[in-house]
Amino acid sequence: MFAYVIRRLLLVLPVAFGVSIICFLLVHIAPGDPLTAIMAVDATAEEQAAMRAAYGLDRPLPVQFLFWLGNLFQGDLGNSIATGRPVAGEVWRAVQNSLLLAVTASLIAFPIGLLLGFLAGYFRDSWLDKLVTSIAIAGVSVPNYWLGMVLVIIFAVKLAWLPAMGAGPAGSDGWTFDWLHIRHLILPAITLAVVPIGIVARTVRALVGDIFHMDFVMALYAKGMSNFDVLIHVIRNAAATALSVIGLQMGALLGGSILIETVFNWPGSGMLLSNAIFQRDLPLLQGTILVLAMFFVTANLVVDILQAAIDPRIKRS
Amino acid sequence: MTALLEFDRLNVTFKGERTVYAINDLSLKLEQGEMLVLLGESGSGKSVTLKTLLRLLPPARTQISGGIKVNGTDIMTLSGRSLQDYRGGDVSMVFQEPALALDPVYRIGDQISEAVRRKKRVSREEARNVALDMLRRVRIPSPERRMMNFPHELSGGMRQRVMIALALACRPRLLLADEPTTALDATVQIQILLLLRELQKEFGMGVIFVTHDIGVAVEISDRIAVMYAGQIIEEGSTHEVINDAHHPYTRGLLAANLHDVERGERLEAIPGVPPSLEEKPKACSFAPRCPNAMPECRDKLPPVIEIGARRRVACFLAQQAVAAE
Repeated sequence: MFAYVIRRLLLVLPVAFGVSIICFLLVHIAPGDPLTAIMAVDATAEEQAAMRAAYGLDRPLPVQFLFWLGNLFQGDLGNSIATGRPVAGEVWRAVQNSLLLAVTASLIAFPIGLLLGFLAGYFRDSWLDKLVTSIAIAGVSVPNYWLGMVLVIIFAVKLAWLPAMGAGPAGSDGWTFDWLHIRHLILPAITLAVVPIGIVARTVRALVGDIFHMDFVMALYAKGMSNFDVLIHVIRNAAATALSVIGLQMGALLGGSILIETVFNWPGSGMLLSNAIFQRDLPLLQGTILVLAMFFVTANLVVDILQAAIDPRIKRS
Repeated sequence: MTALLEFDRLNVTFKGERTVYAINDLSLKLEQGEMLVLLGESGSGKSVTLKTLLRLLPPARTQISGGIKVNGTDIMTLSGRSLQDYRGGDVSMVFQEPALALDPVYRIGDQISEAVRRKKRVSREEARNVALDMLRRVRIPSPERRMMNFPHELSGGMRQRVMIALALACRPRLLLADEPTTALDATVQIQILLLLRELQKEFGMGVIFVTHDIGVAVEISDRIAVMYAGQIIEEGSTHEVINDAHHPYTRGLLAANLHDVERGERLEAIPGVPPSLEEKPKACSFAPRCPNAMPECRDKLPPVIEIGARRRVACFLAQQAVAAE
């Protein structure tokens, strides 16, 4: 187990390096000049060149990359072109907000998805199974930004129970766990939870249904185990795969909430990212993508290690 | 002494998109400590018979009629706790594919001891000792270490030994073995057969061993019952059935065997295929493939003729032979 963890950790290094190259290149290959957004329209060629030199954009790409990477190791992601503030601080604030939203959505989505999927798999082909399958398909298919807007119309505009946007009351300068702030979390978290509920429920349904049809389940009954004992065996067999689905969804929740954050004006990484794109704020874009990608890598790492801890078949390969 | 097992006109029908008459009027008696081989080709109902005996068939889709008594108890009346105690306690089963029949994410020691703990209500420690003792009895080398292994860490032969240890851990009176050597290499097969034979003597239990391999049947059985289309068409001691087969199907099976055949000589296969069993048999199921078929074979069910002590054949030919004497 220990050797596996070490091996898996070492594997993160090349992946992280690859991710950083891709982050860097993506942004530089994309068309458009970052300077046009912040320079005066009538700036002379000399002024443009001076600005370019100031941001180091006149050097060859590999050199730029190495400088960027060097700074990265010192925790310096550069300064935002648009605001001039350090990217690291901006990203950190946004990621905290996104994390809060993602974790809340997970706490809603995973227990519900697991329960629904398990029931559907256990009572396969029953009316319950059909109901869950319909819910799951609807959850995956309904565009969640649209659902977000519908929820806003119902609960914020018509009923006025919950706020429509933001991460706290006007004038709030940060998150605190009180009702005034938590109210703002409810609608976006529910909206964000819908897709993972569908995905987890469908995967777990298929998984549990298949396991119940495996020979060893009959063998368990044949040796006199009760329904409950068999259930425990099935859950333990399903755990590793269910966990990996959950891990991937967790990563997707962190990075994939651009639309939801935009709909609800939630000041998270998704919103930061979309702002950075529209303002052509290169350092901010790079930094945000990099941090989100690293979250993905970390989520995968944690899932892999947990999976190996649960499922004995994994360590061998 | 009561018979270990008695099937009285057992019928098993699967309902669903299509109906399958899997077992038709099967009667069979097994005495304590006997080793019976159920011989037949795929789809003849051998495995269904074993699963019926452990009540493992899905109740919603299965219709069972007829009597099944184990040590005098009608097992169709069992439910809940008494059914759980019966399964793996009085009667237990070794499956064909040990790689699939063991839970892949549980240590083999735990898989054996959980069965013991359920039956005997003993401490974790005692159950562990029983499991360890069983691994020794099925001759698994360094059993202490093996206790901690997962199924995928063992070879096929070792896994089947574990399966046997598991099945015998609660000292059943009757062991059901569903083609336990089919998935194994030839050399390992013979080891497992010998082991089963030894353990059967040691524990004095009855065994029903399902196989399609006559060689295996001859190797280990006291008695043979030949199955065709969900019925037993011939039954007797191994010696009688092999040397003096009466039913044309049994003779066909023996002729199709590799023993005593010259190289280059054609094997005598039985022509045709077994019936689909989507209808309840109203005549002899083997008649369409039978070289000796007579008109009445296609009209009526053949009678079951007692041609000796515990020796039966279901065939019109046997009826004629008896009448001629």
